[in-house]
Amino acid sequence: MISFVLRRLASAVPTLFIVVTISFFLMRFAPGGPFNLERPLPPQTMANLMRTYQLDQPLWRQYLTYITNAVTGDFGPSYIYKDNTVAELIAKGLPYSLELGFYALLVALIGGVLAGTIAALRQNSILDFAIMSVSTIGVTVPNFVVGPVLTLIFAVILAWLPAGSWGDGSLRFLILPMIALALPQLAVFARLTRGSMIEALHTDHIRTARAYGLPARTVVVTHAMRAALLPVVSYLAPCAAALLTGSAVIETIFTIPGVGRYFVLGAINRDYTLVMGTVVLVAIFVIVFNLVVDILYGLLDPRVRHD
Amino acid sequence: MAADSILTVRNLKVAFDTPDGVVEAVKGIDLDVKSGETLAIVGESGSGKSQTMMGIMGLLAKNGRAIGSASYRGKELIGLPMKELNTVRGAKITMIFQEPMTSLDPLYTIGRQIAEPIVHHRGGNFKQAKARALELLELVGIPDPARRINSYPHELSGGQRQRVMIAMALANEPDILIADEPTTALDVTIQAQILDLLKSLQEKFGMAVVLITHDLGIVRHFANRVAVMRRGEVVETGTTIDIFERPQADYTRMLLAAEPSGRKASPPDSAPIILEGRNVCVDYHTGGGLFSRASGTFRAVDDITLRLKQGQTIGIVGESGSGKSTLGRALLKLLPASGHIRFETRDISHFGRSTMRPLRHELQLVFQDPYGSLSPRQTVGEIITEGLYVHAPQLSKVERDRRAIEALKEVGLDPAARNRYPHEFSGGQRQRIAIARAMILKPKVVILDEPTSALDRSVQGQVIELLRGLQTSHDLSYIFISHDLSVIKAMSDYVIVMKNGKIVEEGETDAIFDAPKQDYTKTLMNAVYTA
Amino acid sequence: MTDMVYTPLAPLPETRSRSLFQLAALRFRRNRAAMAGCVVLVLIALFSFLGPLFISHKYDQVFPSYVSVPPSLEARPNAGSLQEAMEGVAARARVTLKEFAVEGQAFTATVTSDSEIDPRTTRYFDRANEFDETQVVATEDGGKTLKLEGKVSREYFFFGTDSNGRDMLARVMLGGQISIAVGLLASIVSLGVGVIYGATSGYIGGRVDNVMMRFVEILYSLPFVFLVVVLVVFFGRSFILIFLVIGAVEWLDMARIVRGQTLALKRREFVGAAQALGLTDWQIIRRHIIPNTIGPVVVFVTVVVPKVILLESFLSFLGLGVQAPLTSWGALISEGANNIQSAPWLLIFPAIFFVVTLFSLNFAGDGLRDALDPKDR
Repeated sequence: MISFVLRRLASAVPTLFIVVTISFFLMRFAPGGPFNLERPLPPQTMANLMRTYQLDQPLWRQYLTYITNAVTGDFGPSYIYKDNTVAELIAKGLPYSLELGFYALLVALIGGVLAGTIAALRQNSILDFAIMSVSTIGVTVPNFVVGPVLTLIFAVILAWLPAGSWGDGSLRFLILPMIALALPQLAVFARLTRGSMIEALHTDHIRTARAYGLPARTVVVTHAMRAALLPVVSYLAPCAAALLTGSAVIETIFTIPGVGRYFVLGAINRDYTLVMGTVVLVAIFVIVFNLVVDILYGLLDPRVRHD
Repeated sequence: MAADSILTVRNLKVAFDTPDGVVEAVKGIDLDVKSGETLAIVGESGSGKSQTMMGIMGLLAKNGRAIGSASYRGKELIGLPMKELNTVRGAKITMIFQEPMTSLDPLYTIGRQIAEPIVHHRGGNFKQAKARALELLELVGIPDPARRINSYPHELSGGQRQRVMIAMALANEPDILIADEPTTALDVTIQAQILDLLKSLQEKFGMAVVLITHDLGIVRHFANRVAVMRRGEVVETGTTIDIFERPQADYTRMLLAAEPSGRKASPPDSAPIILEGRNVCVDYHTGGGLFSRASGTFRAVDDITLRLKQGQTIGIVGESGSGKSTLGRALLKLLPASGHIRFETRDISHFGRSTMRPLRHELQLVFQDPYGSLSPRQTVGEIITEGLYVHAPQLSKVERDRRAIEALKEVGLDPAARNRYPHEFSGGQRQRIAIARAMILKPKVVILDEPTSALDRSVQGQVIELLRGLQTSHDLSYIFISHDLSVIKAMSDYVIVMKNGKIVEEGETDAIFDAPKQDYTKTLMNAVYTA
Repeated sequence: MTDMVYTPLAPLPETRSRSLFQLAALRFRRNRAAMAGCVVLVLIALFSFLGPLFISHKYDQVFPSYVSVPPSLEARPNAGSLQEAMEGVAARARVTLKEFAVEGQAFTATVTSDSEIDPRTTRYFDRANEFDETQVVATEDGGKTLKLEGKVSREYFFFGTDSNGRDMLARVMLGGQISIAVGLLASIVSLGVGVIYGATSGYIGGRVDNVMMRFVEILYSLPFVFLVVVLVVFFGRSFILIFLVIGAVEWLDMARIVRGQTLALKRREFVGAAQALGLTDWQIIRRHIIPNTIGPVVVFVTVVVPKVILLESFLSFLGLGVQAPLTSWGALISEGANNIQSAPWLLIFPAIFFVVTLFSLNFAGDGLRDALDPKDR
């Protein structure tokens, strides 16, 4: 098991390296730079800036410098948040995104699996139809609509909850952004669970379990559910990585100081280092969660157990 | 009726709701299972034999329902609430299924799966039940049961899994054990072991066994009484002796006569050798991903030499994994193989794909699965003329069509079939289409890879007749691959027995069947139950 | 299916012969939700593409008099507001409105002033959206009083107008055109790239397959948002490039699906039979592999199209979508979401069309999947 984890982590290194390389050059080949503002800077200032940030060096040298620094955890200074390094920005924003994303993940997973299971067990009933319709809405309504609508209803009209901001970090502040963040994923989980549950209920070994007089609960919970969770677990990796690293949309709408906004702000402003930092962050999350999911999968399914 | 009947089925109907209306799979049948007996329910695919039992056990698919009566010791099972039915199933009536590969839950150890019904029906905890499971595993002959009890199903072979199923079925000492085609998916030698085990356990526990099967040989050897089913009805019921000696219904007589019969004469000694393989070996590479070094080779065909004469049929017999199909493909150069292969006067050992192409129409192949070997998106006409498209591209559309009609007539199909799609045909008809696809090219050698294994007995006979007829009229040479000895016997004049990629024994058909020399061949012969 | 045939010529089923595709179409037609989805999709497409022919407003036509007016079935302006509008115009023309009457599509007005009125003041009247073709019919008081006649132009804004005074109905139609076009074109791009990549990888197999799939894996761990944003920033914000970019991102799933299909098909016996017949690789791919992957691919397209439309809306939210005055549903929705309290109709109408479209696509896709499900065969 430990050797499996180590082997997987080792094979993640080249992946991470390639991801960094691709993003680095992709970013640099885009026209414009971080200091190409609407009002052009005087050439002298520009040259100074370029020198300060070593942007006047040849690209390959910049790349080497970046890689060697990045290995030591130094992701360079941000170009738009001038007083901060990228590492500081991420360290500041990440806890907010993590906390919000964690709750959203929990809600999406539990809610989605429950709803999907109920729909599968009552296949083609009104309840099934209702759950599937709601989850279709969840998939189809963009979260930048869900956010303002929730705010309008619960914050403005009913005035039950605050409209935005992190506030003191208490649950009251988190509920609305959490729901907006969780809803689409909840819908995906529900659809996945329903599909795999229906399939699991049709397998031969479920027939065996029923033929041996096991009560419906045991059949569903111990036998069908475990098999049905396999595809759900697979989806967990990309979903967790996406939720925990923050959503640009939700963080903007609810004015939450997380890291999600940095992607977009960084990319639009050509803040190379900030974008690279977030790319590395997300790639690490994706890789780590893929590993976690593989281990989970092995625990659930003895056929792919890693020794 | 019968006083000692413990399961009495009266006017049982099983119906399914489909988009095309209600389909009645079982049309009101009567059956009696007596205490301690073995009742065989015999029928071909679609006869409703399995659905009868599924209906009684409340295991029908969602769109299915059972009406009528089935009472177990006076307790009506049809329409019984699930909770009450669950006190009967798994305790008083248990079941074994056809597919040992999928009938066990892949996610739990076999020990736990055997223990589960014990705990549920008898109470107690899993620890006590595991102890009982261990006894049972020993009883059904699982080697090293103390270790195996913690194995997962995928770590066991097919035969072992079926033994685990039997252990599970016996756990609560049932009154009735329903075995639904328990050995169909297994090799013949394993089949014999499993059936013997069932028989000895039946004697020990004294339960009744309901054996659902299509195989009359098994019925004759194991059943006390037989019910013959056809298209959802019971055609005939009687003691095994009566059914086999004095069958009443036409259908039963036809089934009994469907056992492949007849023999094929050897070609004259002077017949030229048409296809020859010398020291043919095929290696498969296992493992070896992009970054893994742990790759190995597995020799599927190991140093095989055979000579096929014009007009001869060589039967290759072996169990799954013996390498017989791989050999067939290697001889046609469809797989990379080492050794020498000679077709007529040409050495084709080193022929590549493009050099082989002009020869392909003389060397044809017919597959086992008549459902998988026809592309579902082409019409029958397109399928059978596909070879002409490669080998005779100059033919006009009219001419191609004429040849298609001719080929279809030759295999006994209505020429109108060429405008239809494969899914509209039955298994036997599809196999005829596959044969027509090969015959339209006027081949000299045809390799037949289990062409009858997926078919019902009665259809098998017809396909064998057809193949023999085509052989004489076109002077064809066959390599006939099968695990089914009775079919091999009816088709071939020379037999090769294969195991683990090697030839175990070879010789004239009569010699092999009447006086096998090797132990393995003898085991194989003994494992077959003739009807 | 027992074929107990004793006659050499087996009788054929008497039903009409149907290909698998026709059978699937039959099953699909039986699925009411899916059929409803299709009908709705057709209606929405007709609305978006043919609708502009039936309305008089252009999507970029600005009505300064009607900024952010709520939707209404009644024509604007109504009598009361006409009076108001006329007074406004008179004030701007520095004349006093003495009489004003509206009759049908025409109005008459009498204006006076202390000094002689320049007949060219009619221009002020025409400049307002409400009035047209204003003419002087009589001059009295030596030019100090003018009798004017002209036409009232009444406008219908069923969906209201946006904050620039553009007709939302026309904007929603245009948005539909762009969203649907982006959805379809991007799906075609991802389909093309994905099918070719996946089929090649799957059919060649071995080491090539390993390397090609490894590359896909790496692209998967690139943050998806980043990729799109960088590509859009890189390519600029033109309409064609947006769908190219989205398509370039969406092909990964398609490639994986097609590869899986190809791997499975390669093992099917009919491919083996085709090899035994001597068909070349390309003939096998064309005649056997591609026709048999169409089912899952078509189903997947119905999943990609809504995904792409959503993605485009996300880009619009970030301000990276199509540029004004062009618009898409996504852009309209994000605009509407910003004005949800003051002008909810800006959100409601595009959102309804957007959600109904995605909903219908979902139902149609589910129906298609059921209809093509190979397990049914």
